[in-house]
Amino acid sequence: MTDCAHELAEQIRAAEASGRPLRIRGGDTRSFLRGDVNDDTEVLDVRPHRGIVAFEPAELVITARGGTPLEEIESTLAEARQCLPFDPPRFAAGSTLGGAVASGLAGPARPWQGSVRDAVLGITLLDGRAGSGRFGGQVMKNVAGYDVARLNAGAMGALGVLLQISLRVAPVPEQRATRVLEAGLAQAREQMTALARRPLPITGLAWEDGRLRVRLAGSEAGVAAAVAAIGGDACEENDRYWNDLRDSRLAFFAGDGPLWRLSLPVTAPQPDLAANWLLDWGGAQRWCRTDAPPETVFAAATALGGHAMRQRPAPARSPLPAAMARLQARIKAVFDPAGILNPGVLYPDSL
Amino acid sequence: MDRATLAARLRDILPADAVVADEEALRPYAGDALTAYRRLPRVVALPGCIEEVQAVMRLCALEGVPVVARGAGTGLSGGALPDESGVLLVLARMNRILDLDPVARTARLEPGVRNLAISEAAAPHGLYYAPDPSSQIACSIGGNVAENSGGVHCLKYGLTVHNLLGVKLITADGELLEIGGAALDAPGLDLLALVTGSEGLLGLVVEVTVRLLPTPAATRVLLAAFDAIDAAADAVAAVISGGIVPAGMEMMDRLAIEAAEDFVAAGYPRDAVAILLCEVDGEPDEVETQVARVSEILAASGATGIRVARDAAERARFWAGRKAAFPAVGRISPDYYCMDGTIPRRHLAEVLLEIERLSATFGLAVANVFHAGDGNLHPLILYDANAEGELDRAEAFGARILELCVSVGGTITGEHGVGIEKIDQMCVQFSALELERFHSLKAAFDPDGRLNPGKAVPTLARCAELGGMHVHGGELPHPELERF
Repeated sequence: MTDCAHELAEQIRAAEASGRPLRIRGGDTRSFLRGDVNDDTEVLDVRPHRGIVAFEPAELVITARGGTPLEEIESTLAEARQCLPFDPPRFAAGSTLGGAVASGLAGPARPWQGSVRDAVLGITLLDGRAGSGRFGGQVMKNVAGYDVARLNAGAMGALGVLLQISLRVAPVPEQRATRVLEAGLAQAREQMTALARRPLPITGLAWEDGRLRVRLAGSEAGVAAAVAAIGGDACEENDRYWNDLRDSRLAFFAGDGPLWRLSLPVTAPQPDLAANWLLDWGGAQRWCRTDAPPETVFAAATALGGHAMRQRPAPARSPLPAAMARLQARIKAVFDPAGILNPGVLYPDSL
Repeated sequence: MDRATLAARLRDILPADAVVADEEALRPYAGDALTAYRRLPRVVALPGCIEEVQAVMRLCALEGVPVVARGAGTGLSGGALPDESGVLLVLARMNRILDLDPVARTARLEPGVRNLAISEAAAPHGLYYAPDPSSQIACSIGGNVAENSGGVHCLKYGLTVHNLLGVKLITADGELLEIGGAALDAPGLDLLALVTGSEGLLGLVVEVTVRLLPTPAATRVLLAAFDAIDAAADAVAAVISGGIVPAGMEMMDRLAIEAAEDFVAAGYPRDAVAILLCEVDGEPDEVETQVARVSEILAASGATGIRVARDAAERARFWAGRKAAFPAVGRISPDYYCMDGTIPRRHLAEVLLEIERLSATFGLAVANVFHAGDGNLHPLILYDANAEGELDRAEAFGARILELCVSVGGTITGEHGVGIEKIDQMCVQFSALELERFHSLKAAFDPDGRLNPGKAVPTLARCAELGGMHVHGGELPHPELERF
C-alpha cells in the first residue's frame, strides 16, 4: 500500500513543461482498446500507487487507489460477501481498478446492475495540469458540483489519472442459476425483451448459436420462483459461460478476423450486415464478426440509434457529430490543455 | 436590454401568449420552492417546442442576455431563481410524453412532463419510473435531470442519472446536442453524467429518454420503533450489512413523528424516539423471507416494536406520514429550513447527536426526516421569519450542519442541489483548484457565462471574501487567495 501521487504529479509536470505525451498504464490488460498510441510514448505507470484506502461493508462503498489490482479489490469484497456490480472483464491477470474504471467496460449484468459509471461515487483526479482534485465523494447521493467523477468512467484517461476511486458495491446474491432456451435469433430477441419486462431477478440475457441463456441471481426463493416461471433447461456451464462471455473468451471471440461491438436500442432490428452475431445485455450489446468495411458498420449502427466499436484488429469508434466532437475536445482541454495524457486514445484527432 | 424591447423581440419569434412581461404577471415566477429568495426576471418566455427554445437562445446569444431555465418551480435550492436582467425560460408547456415503448422499456419525454405522470403512463404496461422525489406529483423531468433528483427509492434503484438513457440539450448559442440516446452507452466521453445535475448551467434539457423498470410483484413495509437515535442508526447499518438492500429505508425522529401523527394519523408510535420505515420488494416468496430477516435484524438492533403493514392500505398509511412530514412540520412552525447533507452511514448517530447539541446552542428546534439508507439527512430547522434574527440564526445553524456533513466525509447536498442556497458551502467542500475546473467546464459549454449565472459554483473571490469561512485544523481552505 503506497501513495505515489506526488511522483505521478512530478512526471506529469515535467511532461507538460516539455510537451511530451504520456501513456497512462495500469496492468496493460486493456491496451487493445487504445487507438493511435505510439509505443515509444513515455509511460506513466500507475501500478505503484496502490492500496485499499477504506472499506466498510455496512456502507456498501469501497475506496482504493487507481493502481490497486482488481484481484485485491475483489478478494477483499468477497470476504464481506460483496462484489463490484458492473462485473468488469478480466482479460488477463494484473488488471488495475483504475484501468477497469477508465475503460468503462461492464459484464453481462450491465442492464440490470448498472454500468461502471453508475457505480462511481467519487474520484481523485490528477489531471494534465498536474492538478489534483476530489470530485464526487464516498456517499450514494451527492449533487454538489459538476459530476466530474462519472465523466471519467470510460474516458480512457483522456482527462487525467484516476488516483483514487470510491465505488458503490453490492451484496453477492445468495443464489444463481442459468436457464437455456432453444431459440433462433429473431425469436430470442422477442423472448429477451419479453423477459426483461417481467419483474424477474434477471442478471444476464445472451444469445448465440440457437441458444438463449438466462441468468438469474437473487434470494433463494426469488431465483427458484423465476426458474419455475421461465422453464427451459439447466445450464451445466453456469458461471463459466458468463465469465467467458464477459472476458471475450468464448469460441465466438476467437480468431483474427475483425471483432465489432454494437451498442443498440434493444428493439433495434438486426443490422443488415453479413456477419456472425452474439447478443448480450438482452440485445443491447451485439457482438459481430464481419468483414464489412468500418464505414458500413458505423452507418448501420447509427441508422439504428446506436454506435459501434471495432475492437480488433485495431480499435475504431463511431465518429462523433462535429459539434459533439468540438465540445468533447474543449472538455479535454479543461483538464489537459497541452494534450499530453493518452492523446488520440479515444479519437485520433481530438481526444 | 430593457423589458419592453426584450419582450418585443421575443414576441417576434414566439406566440403572443408565450411572452410574459407585465410586472404583476411576472410575480409568480419570482422564485422557486426556496421561498426566502425572490426576484423578478426581465421577461418570461414559455416556448412550446424545441425550435422555439432554439430561437430564444439564439436571440439571447446575439444580445448577450442571461437565461435561467425553470420547470415546475419546485426546486429547494433556488436553482430557478430568475436573473433580473435575463429571460426566465419556462419549459412547463413542453409537457408531452412523446413516446412510451413498453417493449424497449423506455419513455421519451418533453422536459415539462411531471415525474409522477411517467409512472402513471407506464403502469398499464406493468412498468414504472423509479426516481420518486417527494415533490413527484408536481416536479417535472427536465428539472429532475437538472438537479439529478433522488427520492425514497434511490438506495436500490439509483438517482435520476442512473435511470436516464439520453437527453437533448440546447447549448447557450442555440445548438442542439444529442447526448446518449436509446442505447445503453454512447461513444466518446460520457456527457450524460456531466449534464445531469448541472443545474441549468451547461445547457437546457429539452427532451429526456428514461428507462422504465418492471413493477415489483410484491412490496412490504416494516415500521420499527426505537427508544434511542443511535440504536435506530445502527439498525440501518445492520440491515445493509446483512446483505439486504431495501427499496427504501427512512428515519424520522420524535418531533417529526409527532407532527406527522397530528397531521395524517399514520399510526406511528408517539412514544418512540425514532422510527424506521423499511420497504422491501421483489418476488412474493422472496419478500416474505426478507421481511422475516429484516425483522430479526431490527429486533436484534434494539427495536422496541416492529409492525409489518398487513395490506396495501396500511402500507400507504405508513408512507403517508413520511411523505406528509414536511408539510406536517410546516403546521407546527411558522417557517422551516430544510437541509440536505449526505454522510457516510456509519456517522449517522454521531451527526444526529451533534445536530441535537447545535439545536440547543442556536435555540432552534430541529425535526429529522430523512433517507437513512443512503445517509441523506433532511434536518428541518424550525424558525419564525417574523421574529427578529431567527432567519439569520436558522441559516447559520444550517451552514454548521452542512460543514459537519463535509467534515465526516459527506457532502453539502444529496439531492436538492446547490443553486443559490448552498453556494457558500461549496467553498467548504471544494478547493480552489476544483472550483476552477468547474468554471472551466462551464466555459467549455457556455463561454459567456449566460446560463443560470451566479448559481451552483461560487467564484473564488466569493469564497475568499466569505465572512463565515471556517478554518479547519488551522488550514484555510484557500490559502492561495488574498483576504480582505
